[in-house]
Amino acid sequence: MEDARHATQVLTAHAAGLIGCTSCGKVHGQGAARCARCGMPLSPPDGRSLQKVWAWLIAGLIVYIPANVFPMLRTTNLGRTTDNTIIGGVVDLAEHGDYGVAAIVFIASVVIPLGKFAAIAYLALSISRTVRLNADRRHVLFVIVEFIGRWSMIDVFVVAILSSLVTLDFTATVRPGIAAVSFALSVAFTMVSALSFDPRLIWDNEYPPRAKGTEA
Amino acid sequence: MTGAAHPIIAESELESYIACPSCDALLRDRNVGANDIASCPRCHSVIEAPRPLAMTRIIMLAFAALILLVGALFFPFLELEAAGMVRRATLFDTVAVYSSGLNAPLSYGMAALIIVIPVVRFASLLYVLGPMALGWYPLRYAAPVFRFAESMRPWAMVEVFLVGVAVALVKVAGLASVSLGPAFWAFSALVVVTVFKDNFMSRVTVWKTLDTRRRS
Repeated sequence: MEDARHATQVLTAHAAGLIGCTSCGKVHGQGAARCARCGMPLSPPDGRSLQKVWAWLIAGLIVYIPANVFPMLRTTNLGRTTDNTIIGGVVDLAEHGDYGVAAIVFIASVVIPLGKFAAIAYLALSISRTVRLNADRRHVLFVIVEFIGRWSMIDVFVVAILSSLVTLDFTATVRPGIAAVSFALSVAFTMVSALSFDPRLIWDNEYPPRAKGTEA
Repeated sequence: MTGAAHPIIAESELESYIACPSCDALLRDRNVGANDIASCPRCHSVIEAPRPLAMTRIIMLAFAALILLVGALFFPFLELEAAGMVRRATLFDTVAVYSSGLNAPLSYGMAALIIVIPVVRFASLLYVLGPMALGWYPLRYAAPVFRFAESMRPWAMVEVFLVGVAVALVKVAGLASVSLGPAFWAFSALVVVTVFKDNFMSRVTVWKTLDTRRRS
C-alpha cells in the first residue's frame, strides 16, 4: 500500500462500531436509523449501495445506444431533410471549420459519457478486487466523475435552443430527433449511478479484515 | 468489534467527534473559525470551510440569483435575423420545443433542470439561511428543506445551459446573423453569482449552526 503512511493510522466510525452521517458528519451509535442533526437516513458502508450503482449504470448504458443510433437533429433546408446523429453533428461542425466547438460537443457527448461508464464500473469493481490505483487516486476519480457528469447535457440543450431559433419562418428548419430524449435519460441515469456510489467503500478496502469482520 | 488497539468511544463522547462525510474517518470535531479550512487527513476532502458573514452573503447572492433568473426567463437570450425576419428565443420557447412526439417528457425535464430546480434551490436557501443571518431560530422544517436543497445541487444546470447557448450560437452563425439578447447576460451573471454562492457555502457549518440555534 503506497499511502500507508497516513491511511492506516485512521480509525473509521464504522470500525469503531459507530455510524457517521454522510451528509453532516454527525456520529451516531449503532442502531440509529436517521441522523439526529440533519435527518439523513444512515447506513453503514456496506456493499448494498453498489447494487444501485450497477442498476443505474446498466440502464444508462442501454439508453446510450439509441442515443447514438437515432438522429439527434433533423434539419430541413429548402425542402431537403437531413438527419444528424451526435457524431454526425460533430463531423458537420468540424467540416465547417469550427474545431473548438466541435471539440466541446465531442467531449461533452462522447468522451465524458464513455469515460463515465468506464470510471463508475472501475470504481464499483475496485471495491471487491485489488486494483492498481490506490484509494487516494480512486477518490479523486470519484470526485471528478461526480463533478463532470452534468456537463454531458450540453448537446440536449443545444438541440433545444437550435430548434426554438430556427423555425418554420426560415428557409431552414431544425427539429429535435428522438435521440435527444434517450441521451438526456442516459446522462440522468449515470448521474444517479454516480450519486448512489458510496465513497466510504473506496477507503474501507484499505483494511479488509476488520471492515469485513464487523459486518458479519 | 474493534480490537484493543483502539478505545471504544462512549456514547457521551460522540458529540466531540465527527465522521468525514466522504470517507468515514473518525475525527475529533473542533470549532472551525472563519477563513479556516478543516479537511480530512485521509481523503483530503474539505469538511468545513466557514467564511466571515457567509450566511448573509449567501442570502444576498441567492436573492440576486432569483431576480436574475426572472429576467433570464422573460427576455430573449438569442435573436436571429435572416431575410428580414427576426426570431427571438426565450427560455420558455426553448423548453417548449420538445413538447411534441416522443420527446415530450424531455420538455418537463428541461424545464425542471434550468428553471424549476434552480428557483426552488434559491428559495429554499433563503428560507433556511434567512433566519440564520438575522440571528433568529431556524424556521419549521428548516432541516428537511436544506437537505432537499443540497440533494438538488447537481441537478441545477444553469451553467451547462449557458455553454449550450454558446455552442448553438456558433452553429447558427453561418445561417443567419445572430445577436445575444438581454437574457444571455442575465444568465452569465447568474452563473457568476452561483459560483460565488457555492464558494461561501459550507454544508457541515450550516448543519452545525442549525443544530445549535435549535437547541438554545
